[in-house]
Amino acid sequence: MTEAPTDTLSGRVAAAEAARSPWRDVWDQFRHHRGAMFGVWVLGLILLVVLAGPWIWHLDPTKSDILARNKPASWAHPLGSDHLGRDLLARMMAGGRISLAVGVTAMVLSILLGTLIGALSGYFRKIDTLLMRITDLFLALPLLPLLLLMMTLFRDPLAKTFGPEGGIFILIVGGIALTSWMHTARIVRGEVLVVKEREFVLAARSIGTPPHRIITRHILPNVLSPVMVSATLGIASAIITESALSFLGLGFPPDFPTWGRLLFDAMERIQLYPWQVILPGIAISLTVLSVNYIGNGLRDALDPRIRGR
Amino acid sequence: MFNYTLRSLAIAIPTLLIISLVIFLLLEAAPGDPLGEVPLTVPPEVKEKMRTALGLDAAWYIRYLLWLKQFFWIEPLHLVDRIFGTGYAQGMQRVISFQSRLPVMDVIAERIPQTLVVVGMAYLLGVLIAVPIGILQAYRQYGLFDQVGSFVAMIGFSVPTFFTGTLLIIIFAIKLHWFPSVYDTTLRVTDWSSFWAQVRQMTLPVAVLALANASQFSSYMRASMLDNLGQDYVRTARAKGMSERVVVLVHVLRNSLIAVVTVIALGIPGIFGGAIITEQVFKVNGLGQQLISSIHANDLPMVMTLTFIFAILIILFNLIADILYGLLDPRIRYD
Amino acid sequence: MKLRTTLLSAAALCAIAPAAMAERGADGELKILQWQAASTMNPYLSSGTKDINASSLVSDPLASFGPDGKVIPRLVTEVPTAENGGISADLKSITWKLIPDLKWSDGTPLTADDVVFTANYCMDPAGGCAQLSKFEGIEKVEAVDPLTVKVSFKEPKTNPYQAFVGALAPILQKAQFEKCTGAAASSCTEQNIKPIGTGPFRVVDFKTNDVAILEANPNYRDPAKPAFAKVTLKGGGDATGAARAVMETGEFDYAWNTQIAPDVQAAMTNAGKGKFISAYGGLVERLEMNMTDPSPDLPDTERSTAKHPHPILSDIRVREALSKAIDRAALVELGYGEAARPTCNLVPAPEMFASDNTGCLKQDVEGAKALLDEAGWKDSDGDGIRDKDGKKLKLLYQTSVNPIRQDFQAVIKQWWNDIGIEVELKSIDASVFFGGDAGSPDTFQKFYADVEMYANEWDGTDPQAYLAQLTCEKAPKPENQWQGENINRFCDPKYDELVKEMLTNADPDKRAAQIKTLNDMLTKDSFVVQPLANRARFSAVANSLGGVEMNAWDSEFWNAADWTRTK
Repeated sequence: MTEAPTDTLSGRVAAAEAARSPWRDVWDQFRHHRGAMFGVWVLGLILLVVLAGPWIWHLDPTKSDILARNKPASWAHPLGSDHLGRDLLARMMAGGRISLAVGVTAMVLSILLGTLIGALSGYFRKIDTLLMRITDLFLALPLLPLLLLMMTLFRDPLAKTFGPEGGIFILIVGGIALTSWMHTARIVRGEVLVVKEREFVLAARSIGTPPHRIITRHILPNVLSPVMVSATLGIASAIITESALSFLGLGFPPDFPTWGRLLFDAMERIQLYPWQVILPGIAISLTVLSVNYIGNGLRDALDPRIRGR
Repeated sequence: MFNYTLRSLAIAIPTLLIISLVIFLLLEAAPGDPLGEVPLTVPPEVKEKMRTALGLDAAWYIRYLLWLKQFFWIEPLHLVDRIFGTGYAQGMQRVISFQSRLPVMDVIAERIPQTLVVVGMAYLLGVLIAVPIGILQAYRQYGLFDQVGSFVAMIGFSVPTFFTGTLLIIIFAIKLHWFPSVYDTTLRVTDWSSFWAQVRQMTLPVAVLALANASQFSSYMRASMLDNLGQDYVRTARAKGMSERVVVLVHVLRNSLIAVVTVIALGIPGIFGGAIITEQVFKVNGLGQQLISSIHANDLPMVMTLTFIFAILIILFNLIADILYGLLDPRIRYD
Repeated sequence: MKLRTTLLSAAALCAIAPAAMAERGADGELKILQWQAASTMNPYLSSGTKDINASSLVSDPLASFGPDGKVIPRLVTEVPTAENGGISADLKSITWKLIPDLKWSDGTPLTADDVVFTANYCMDPAGGCAQLSKFEGIEKVEAVDPLTVKVSFKEPKTNPYQAFVGALAPILQKAQFEKCTGAAASSCTEQNIKPIGTGPFRVVDFKTNDVAILEANPNYRDPAKPAFAKVTLKGGGDATGAARAVMETGEFDYAWNTQIAPDVQAAMTNAGKGKFISAYGGLVERLEMNMTDPSPDLPDTERSTAKHPHPILSDIRVREALSKAIDRAALVELGYGEAARPTCNLVPAPEMFASDNTGCLKQDVEGAKALLDEAGWKDSDGDGIRDKDGKKLKLLYQTSVNPIRQDFQAVIKQWWNDIGIEVELKSIDASVFFGGDAGSPDTFQKFYADVEMYANEWDGTDPQAYLAQLTCEKAPKPENQWQGENINRFCDPKYDELVKEMLTNADPDKRAAQIKTLNDMLTKDSFVVQPLANRARFSAVANSLGGVEMNAWDSEFWNAADWTRTK
């Protein structure tokens, strides 16, 4: 008890510091951004349904019942059943887990890689040419043979180390990230080229700030907007690419549902059973939309000029 | 800047050679067999003979060197012959497709018109729509126009083109009979009625692709504009009493174009790559469809040549983008 | 009722039409959508159905296979048989007599020299001819006189209707292709896309993998045919899109290979613009049981080879149980509709060769369970999966990527789960699966799985060579670079012996009986091949197109000369 006063004191100092920390400002700003909060809620809700749903809804997403094909919504199948009589609610939930995991992870990896290469290339003139020619190489490589080759080479070793599903997950996410970072890299580089000539960067450099700090503290926050757009685009294209991969036999086993696959499989019957197409379509669009709103909110919150308005 | 351009062009040549080697090795190593589409009814011995006839029994480096020779020497010679009626390339083997046994370059030339007309037009349209929309959205951030615009853009890139394409066919070709669902590549525009037929057949595929392109560009345009609208120089310009028009359309727009130029330059080689899914849905049979069917058939000469031309365009347009940066923002220096 | 009346009147119109409009080119344009586009017009350079179909509109063989599988004359006065002396008594030669005064589309006469040239063109070792197997066993082809061709064989040939019979082996014009033999075959661009033929049409314009424009052949042997002046053979898209263009938008008259979901078939038929037509040949979708051990723990030179019998599937009771658990009729209803019929035979047609084996058609879940119990597979730990000696009853079931196959996989997995078998599914890109690349682990020949599904058939009507492929020595193995047709590595000396007998037997009735026995040995006696469905050729035809008769044994455009516009 004798030590208590010092404790409270230090606690108070910490609290005061926290109140003044820029991240607190960012969070405050973010919290009051209506679009961003909408995005957070929707994405949170989707995540909740997808992750917790199977605890409440027990039907097996791969169990087919050929007597109950293409049924409309009912108590037994709240979202109806597909052309093999599999429960669509269970499939949407199971599919969402994979699609979201693949979409988000691949997007994050691709953005990180792209931003890293773009920033290095834009900032350090010496390695610019080399990095950009490597980017050109990746842009030029034909995607399908590359993925086929990756699958042949790495599927079995990865499956041995991480289990069959873990291995395929790593391969898919890695494959998508490795083939989609180039746009971000080019965009970030273009922006870095501009920003690094601005006065505040020159000022930072003249007082001896090391390059890595200039990049992370001064340059990257200023190129965030296009990166956010890339991220939103990236999540949408990763979800669709995953379905294309599994359609080519390069992804999860064929009976594993994912949103992209559900959409693809139902296309043939779009005139007969439109909801089978619309459901996964809405799920993907909602996810992308909410990520976009969150991105907008983050951008606004991180912009000191807007903050406090 | 001039020095930079020259230096980049000089570096481009070894880069392209390395890229061609990497692509070749990749295609070699990828699983699949050029005779994979031969029906199972054909016995293995016959397949072996067909393989030899395709030259597949030679070692990979010999085939690579042969391709280099054909692409960089025989094909240009052949082009010269075509134009001037000479006979330099007489009797020399051109790059021949495994699948159709026809010269690869002829097939590519056959497909360029419809690819440029459909994919190129959609690209142009996408850019033309996206730039003003992006500017307006950013100028009135979170206004009604911005909200609706963002919403449409998000739908535009989260819904794949096989969905929008099929939907448009069902509505406009099956229900309303306004537009055809099959693109006729043999149509020649000679008069008003054939022009009208051409417009009708390209409407749906162009609409699908333009929506996807415009969604992407407008998002980048909007984000870039937003970044610049908040900058100090904008306040200064306004304080100096410049008209709002000049501030936004001259100063802010010019500075916002860097990201958009990057994205557009990245997309232009893609026109040549075609639009695989949209071409498939509307049976346009452009370069995208050719590439994907050649990949499926493991038609190595065709895939190799198409991808390599694609690589040349990528390097070229990224170089153009680099030069444009310098023009848009004189502070960017490369030397 | 109304639909039926229209159909009937359409049929009636078909019957009268040829007589009513017996004038070449009177019916305008015929538009065919072949979603896999033709890549060449020379069938000797490609063996894809898409190319064979396209070339059959332009080039003619000496004789064709009719819809009933019988050989019918085309450029010859009659089909040579033993009775009319066309086939020699020792079965070592066949003599064809050309119809006099036949003309190529360029107006020059067709002679026996052209026929001889065609054989030499394909048999040139440097040419890489895709139809070489049609000319197998030929010693020489000679022109006896300008209208007589004699083909001599090295060995007695029980089935001599191979060279020059069917759309795979049409006659090329010697004058046009003379400089295109051997290694020069693929440099003859102009010849390969615009071959001169004797068929009803000739090529005007050809864009590879896209579209072919044909016009009526002015020198066609029947002056009243073809009724159409122009043919557009367009490619691209997929089966659903193709069916839509005939059945819903009416943009095309004929769509080839419209394999689409049964409920979509029904909906499209209701649109009233066209109908689906089908004919059954030998194409059978089947499950192949791997008789060797595909375990990844084995070294690459021994995995899936005869050195290691399969630990689970070597037991016939397990194989039979797998077959019994399947409801073939339900599969067909689900995946093919009118485009297939359930079958238990590897050789389901033609009639004379089809065994009366129908035992597999009835699903028998209890019987399957009993068989597994009997084989010692019991669910000892109560997790729903059977086991034996501490090993789970688990199978890897692979096939190529194809929506119907993935549906079949899902449903069959369910049935096998129901009898206590755990199933892992795998689907492989078709270009890899059927690619035969010895370096890839995913080819159907390597068979690194327990069960696999695909479809296959034979060429022509006689399945003798097809069954002869399934002997012990034809199993794919590292020594033959995994090339071989005996995919499931079935090996029974009795089977091999019977094959040998069949190949030397000339008595047709006895041969038919042998083919049936061989078929039964593979299917109902051993369950190593488990046929699921006999798939039809399935295409969409507009109601306004008459005279179409589907043919499963030859090009489906075999009688395009007789097609007419009915309204």
